Amino acid sequence: MAQSESITAAIKTTATEQIAAIQAGALDARELFDAYRERAAADPNNAFTWVASETPAELPAASTPLAGLPVAIKDLFCTEGVPSQSGSKLLEGYLPPYTATAVQKLIDAGSTSHGKTNQDEFAMGSSNENSAFGAVLNPWDPSRVPGGSSGGSAAAVAAGQAPWALGTDTGGSIRQPAAFCGLVGLKPTYGSVSRFGMIAFASSLDQAGPITRSVADAALLLSHMEGKDPRDMTSIGLREPIEVPTRTDLTGLRIGVPEELSGEGIDPGVRASFEAALEQAKALGATISTIHLPNAPHALSAYYVLAPAEASSNLSRFDGVRYGNRLEAEDGSLIGMYTRTRTEGFGAEVKRRIMLGTYALSAGFYDAYYGRAQQVRTKIVEDFADAFSQVDLIATPTAPTTAYELGAKSSDPLSMYLGDFCTVPMSLAGIPAISIPSGLADGLPVGLQLAGPAFSENLILGAAHALEQAIGFDTAGAIR
Amino acid sequence: MIDAKQVLHVARLARLELAPEDVQPMADELSSILGHIEQMSSLDLEGVKPTTHVVPVEGVLRADEAEAPLPREVALSQAPKHSETGFLVPSPQA
Amino acid sequence: MSVADYDITIGLEIHVQLATKTKMFSPIETYFGADPNTLVGPVDLGLPGTLPVPNAQAIHYGIMLGLAFNCAIADRLVFHRKNYFYPDLPKGYQISQFDEPLCGPGNFGGVRIHRVHLEEDAAKLTHAGSSGRIHDSDASVVDFNRGGTSLAEIVTEPDIHSAEQASEWLRLLRTTVRQLGVSDVNMEEGSLRCDANISIAPKGSGVLGAKTELKNMNSFRFIERGIRAEVARQAAILDAGDTVEQETLHFDPRTEAITSMRSKEDAHDYRYFPEPDMVPVVVTSEMVDKAKAAMPELPHEREARFEALGVEPGAARQMSWQPELGDLFEEALAADPAHAKALAALITNELVARLEDGDLTQSKATPASLAQLVALTADGKVSTSGARTVLDTLVASGGDPAQIIEAEGLGAIGGGDELTPIIQAALDANPDVAEKLRGGDMKPIGVIIGAVMKETRGRADGKEVTKIARGLLGL
Repeated sequence: MAQSESITAAIKTTATEQIAAIQAGALDARELFDAYRERAAADPNNAFTWVASETPAELPAASTPLAGLPVAIKDLFCTEGVPSQSGSKLLEGYLPPYTATAVQKLIDAGSTSHGKTNQDEFAMGSSNENSAFGAVLNPWDPSRVPGGSSGGSAAAVAAGQAPWALGTDTGGSIRQPAAFCGLVGLKPTYGSVSRFGMIAFASSLDQAGPITRSVADAALLLSHMEGKDPRDMTSIGLREPIEVPTRTDLTGLRIGVPEELSGEGIDPGVRASFEAALEQAKALGATISTIHLPNAPHALSAYYVLAPAEASSNLSRFDGVRYGNRLEAEDGSLIGMYTRTRTEGFGAEVKRRIMLGTYALSAGFYDAYYGRAQQVRTKIVEDFADAFSQVDLIATPTAPTTAYELGAKSSDPLSMYLGDFCTVPMSLAGIPAISIPSGLADGLPVGLQLAGPAFSENLILGAAHALEQAIGFDTAGAIR
Repeated sequence: MIDAKQVLHVARLARLELAPEDVQPMADELSSILGHIEQMSSLDLEGVKPTTHVVPVEGVLRADEAEAPLPREVALSQAPKHSETGFLVPSPQA
Repeated sequence: MSVADYDITIGLEIHVQLATKTKMFSPIETYFGADPNTLVGPVDLGLPGTLPVPNAQAIHYGIMLGLAFNCAIADRLVFHRKNYFYPDLPKGYQISQFDEPLCGPGNFGGVRIHRVHLEEDAAKLTHAGSSGRIHDSDASVVDFNRGGTSLAEIVTEPDIHSAEQASEWLRLLRTTVRQLGVSDVNMEEGSLRCDANISIAPKGSGVLGAKTELKNMNSFRFIERGIRAEVARQAAILDAGDTVEQETLHFDPRTEAITSMRSKEDAHDYRYFPEPDMVPVVVTSEMVDKAKAAMPELPHEREARFEALGVEPGAARQMSWQPELGDLFEEALAADPAHAKALAALITNELVARLEDGDLTQSKATPASLAQLVALTADGKVSTSGARTVLDTLVASGGDPAQIIEAEGLGAIGGGDELTPIIQAALDANPDVAEKLRGGDMKPIGVIIGAVMKETRGRADGKEVTKIARGLLGL
């Protein structure tokens, strides 16, 4: 695919810049859409599960807020008439009769999806190796994982196959792949974006959010996704409109660094990048202090009870009756059909978590596991409330490591789970958190996580923007 | 922890099947994860209320107003087996 | 021993389909009799990504039920998931309530109510067993029209002690629920379904036996017969020195056979947990006030009001539990409020007896004509037995009681002028009776009354005849 130099240059700019250029008449939306579609179709990193076969005859007008810019959408968002498979063989070829609210809102704001992105099956995973449609490669180093579960979305944006993408985050599934791929990833406050049309993993934790090349892009995309939805009883929307972040200093901002999430277990390269970022924050006027989230070390335990428990129930609907693929039993029995459909339709990680969650809810074990995990969740919510009475924002590394090699952790589920320890506490508390690139370690991107109280998106985006400008990381660094 | 017998019971509840040679490895794997999870039991949680949801929402209800149903052919279109009017399943009584 | 030697303990679980326009958690209309799978939306099929949003009207109806049963109303509504696999359950779980029901405990019609909770109905699974092939892999069809319909489950305490009591109480329940307007409680269409938990113990032993659950009986007749059959079955087991096994049973009304529904499946483990797709609903005092304001007069309240009018207790109850009788009574009373007790007696004794199954639509008598007939009787314009004849005509062809009396010559013979000679003749014709009466033995007066009635074709009043006869005999 021979793409013009000007388009290749445009692809390296951020979505906000592209919209400005389209609206100024300096960039042709159709040409840009074509270019992204072709790059998505070429797909060297296996980031896409579906790519539009052609650019729509009519793109939204340049005057719309999103100016006809394409958006890559994680496979688990239902899109009418377009495969929505949540990375699962069981749902291969599934065409929903309706579109997820978050996606519809972007369409209404003048965006069009040019592709659906690969992901860990049912969003269960941190490496995107658990996809029925194959592993996704990290555009910064194709021998490494892009992170997960929104690995396809992150890889697509990092490789210049989409200006931005929708992801979902249950325990870190936006933030960690954003960190691994040198991008900005925002998990908003639980309830700010409707979950209607998102194929559920864990209902009380799942939250949609943007994966973008800049903090301003994340703010813009979120501003068009959020909002209360009468079809999602847990949705509430944001309390104030998202502002375009312009902040360039952190004067007066108190940043707390929880010892429990920044000490032991963090790789030296990640630690160095994190500490350098803290120095920059200080230079911008922030005060940095050590704080404590005493129950955070138990967050993973609670998470790996609550999320699989909810998932074990959420995934019961995949029974081969109304949609998805079915495998009949040799004996022709109903229970045999159920069992074969699910046993052969689900991948190993999904089955492991269904087993774990079913066990945690089963008679005699509920109190010890599910009940206790809910209590730990209360303690973690309280820890954050205490912390935010002392500081404005909390900073941690997004992940303890940079992107690891494909296969490095796939044989040891527990070690994979332990990699989520910096992101899971915020998920349990439902609070917003962003990951921005803090630099490179051995040539691989490192993520810095900033978290704030519920509904503090504007504060987080402002601080992240100031740091982003100071750090000057090139998010187009993996675009070839 | 979880033993092979419990693994089989849980698999049956979840409508999953494990090959005989996979039962013990699954028990071991789950036990190792549960071993980590059980660190929670070191916490004193006496009197701590459970958190089901963190959203500060007072459940908004739906007015009793109808929307159009799916056309039947659309409702049936994704089913692996269906007749003109319904979803077909193996009989539970077979 | 026989069944009579056992104490019977019955608790009922009643499912009532609420008369909401749309489903419990889905904005799709629901009604009986639509073509299969035409009342189905994304939520009803459990499509991936769909979410439940509760129907405000269903909650309103649930609160009304709780108020009718004198239940405590919870201050918040929490839904749980009940997990199990079955083709009529599209999500692999039913959204129901677990440890925090909307209403309970309460008391209704002499039976304690354990709880009332809201949930969604299952879809309809038709077993196409007609093919006869054991391994027909697609032998059943699922229709999701009913799936997700709003249901209230009413659970009683084990306060019922006979099949008759169960069916009588259920009739009161049905009348009340219908009166509330929260369900059409049509058993044929499945909008009222009943399970019974039954246990028996040797009389006075106080040792409660194992209970069995008799499922899904769909008419009052079947409920009564089913319970009787199950009590007999349990009594036979105990008589033989065996023990009753706790199990779920099915009653076949055609054969009266009771069969176990126990499947080959291992014991259920429903793994209830709080529905994570929903947040708790606060039940506000406004919601409760709104339900209170919507409450119509309930049968037991109407019964008390009728009794206060002087109506006999039995008639008051009958006219409250059968609201069409109560309505007729009230309409007639509006035409002439003077004779409530007699009017109630006329309706519940005389009128109902003339109708098949007490079906009022068979009667052509207007409410005002009934009131008029009662007034004419009270004024002595027609005798009690004459009034019966008038009522026959009213029921068969309607009309005006006074005109019927006139036309058929049924007017009461009032006063002594006309009656005295007839009575004197009767006394003369029966000298032995007259002798006894003179001696103070009033027992044979019936002979005289009978003779007078015969002569007057029932137009005389028995009391009047006695009075005049006593005068003639110098008593």
